[in-house]
Amino acid sequence: MSRKPDYLDELEAEAIHILREVAGQFEKPALLFSGGKDSITLVRLAEKAFRPGKFPFPLVHIDTGHNFEETIQYRDEMVARIGEKLIVGYVQDDIDNGRVVEQKGKNASRNQLQTVTLLNTIAKHEFDACIGGARRDEEKARAKERVFSVRDEFGQWNPKSQRPELWDLYNGKIHKGENVRVFPISNWTELDVWNYIRRENIPLPSIYFAHEREVITRNGQLMAASPFLNMDDEDVVIRKNVRFRTVGDMSCTAAVESYAFEIDDIINEISASNISERGARMDDKVSEAAMEDRKKGGYF
Amino acid sequence: MLKFLTAGSVDDGKSTLIGRLLYDTDSILDDQLEALQRSNRKNDDGTIDLAILTDGLKAEREQGITIDVAYKYFQTDRRKFIIADTPGHIQYTRNMVTGASNAGLAIILIDARKGVIEQTIRHSFLVSLLAIPHVIVCVNKMDMVDYSEEVFDKIVADYKSLISVKLDLKDVQYIPVSALKGDNVCYSSERMYWYKGKNLLDYLETVETHVDEDTNYTRMPVQWVVRPQTDDLHDYRGYAGKVLSGTFKLNDSVTVLPSGFTTTLDRIELFDKRPEEAVAGMSVTLHLKDEIDISRGDILVKSNQPPIVSQLIEADLCWMDTKPLDPTLTYLIQHNSKVTRCRISEVLYKMQINTLEKLYDEEFKLNDIGRIVIKTADPLAFDVYQQNKANGRAILIDSRTNLTVGALMFRAAAE
Repeated sequence: MSRKPDYLDELEAEAIHILREVAGQFEKPALLFSGGKDSITLVRLAEKAFRPGKFPFPLVHIDTGHNFEETIQYRDEMVARIGEKLIVGYVQDDIDNGRVVEQKGKNASRNQLQTVTLLNTIAKHEFDACIGGARRDEEKARAKERVFSVRDEFGQWNPKSQRPELWDLYNGKIHKGENVRVFPISNWTELDVWNYIRRENIPLPSIYFAHEREVITRNGQLMAASPFLNMDDEDVVIRKNVRFRTVGDMSCTAAVESYAFEIDDIINEISASNISERGARMDDKVSEAAMEDRKKGGYF
Repeated sequence: MLKFLTAGSVDDGKSTLIGRLLYDTDSILDDQLEALQRSNRKNDDGTIDLAILTDGLKAEREQGITIDVAYKYFQTDRRKFIIADTPGHIQYTRNMVTGASNAGLAIILIDARKGVIEQTIRHSFLVSLLAIPHVIVCVNKMDMVDYSEEVFDKIVADYKSLISVKLDLKDVQYIPVSALKGDNVCYSSERMYWYKGKNLLDYLETVETHVDEDTNYTRMPVQWVVRPQTDDLHDYRGYAGKVLSGTFKLNDSVTVLPSGFTTTLDRIELFDKRPEEAVAGMSVTLHLKDEIDISRGDILVKSNQPPIVSQLIEADLCWMDTKPLDPTLTYLIQHNSKVTRCRISEVLYKMQINTLEKLYDEEFKLNDIGRIVIKTADPLAFDVYQQNKANGRAILIDSRTNLTVGALMFRAAAE
């Protein structure tokens, strides 16, 4: 048992430490669960941090209504298996009550709208800390974000006035109305997450693995054909073997052609790939500062 | 895994050096390179400006400077690396201290044309203050001085005389590089045939990083008490935390501080595993033989390795807030999982960090560093930072603004 900890052990221990700090420092934390591999990894880390006790926080899912079916099925099975509480905030509710307006046009997506639902859900349940699966290697604005990232009462991130974050001492003190976004896997890369999932044998939604699916080509990317995508006569539906590297909405997550049916195949594929993970996210392509601008507005 | 810090300013080619490390280790992916090509910042000879890879915020790209700490990740066959890219300007000293706090190694950049200057002294002082165990002095822009061995030797000699007199740095290596052209970064330079040492990447990949496990400072602060209180786990009571330093073994005699109760380590849990020892860096749950009142903020230590317990502590302070330190005010101090009230009872001196002279004016303003005495409401169980970093540091929080306003490195119990 006295083998030296390898780097996955180090990353795991750091993340568990952060989760326990959240439990110790906040009154009403929540874990934001998207159904993606990063938040699935967070759930495993929370089990390691708190079992045999219950999680000191519920899981919160912001449901855009444009999900992959497989994600929702996975979510419900997982919640049943681990026996923890799930709270769902529906973007559709905010569309119905007029708080947000659905985007129009060919590239319409609900990605932007979910920020409003997220902030409403935080306010309604008075969450003071929201744990998320964002990683610093995903995008360069995220590279600057703290592990404990304070948001003002409008949910805004202010990159210029972030608190210094020293050693492993996380300052979670906030005023009423503010909340903290906490990122326990900040220091993990995409490959680290996959290696960890393999090591821990964590089940994943099937869309991460290669499967045959109807897709269309949009702006050079493969998008899953679905009722949520505004399609017209120019869009040609074809069948391809694909998988998804990140799991967001069906309308903003592009597929990659792939024959990676097993986790080992995926790890080989990523190691050899020359395209970054968020290269398949239409939401980041808008401008060089797309992520920074969305984060300032309250996005994850 | 190695976390390292790069200290230097844009003018020294710091961002270019990091860009070069990422580029030559194939850590930049096609779509990121494409984004670089789209950008209109280019070097004079039309090649991609690698510096742009590291500037994450809009304001930084506009001004061409690094304001905040950015973290960059890359991996080679031998090791995973985390780079803390920190600003070099004096007005961002607090950001450099932040980046330095978790670093196992520091790269100090010197412009070959300028040699050892004020900012070199400042950066080296901060590296020594934060007790970063390994230092690499990269003499950069060697291409601008015709790859001259004499220039390099002179800078090395100047630097050695600086640290021998004024600073406490242990392992220091010197490497002549050109980040722009790639000499001695990931590939050894033929143009500097006279340099026989390792190139930068080689050194980063092989430097010994394992420390702390065999120290005489076995510590675990309690973060959370696991108490399921279900029928079948009615008596379960586990103390969850991360081992800061040292090694806990089953049946060790363990003391809880500050209460001072002593008991025996009964079981170590790591989720579904029951290891026989818990080493530095592991997040575990400990079970003790006796039922003792223990809660978050307490610290478990090996009984024969007691830390210092005191309410009056001498410490180095780096002030990080735009509001100056107010000695009449009560602040919060966070030491591991423990938070208590405190006051700065005495300012012993401040450091002029460009010249390393002591100053005796009382006011601590943003980025000021010096020695103070702090008085805490509850006693803290700590170690001297230079001996056991993991249990020798704390942060100060202003309870009016909730901001982190100071970094503390403990030196001793004060009289």
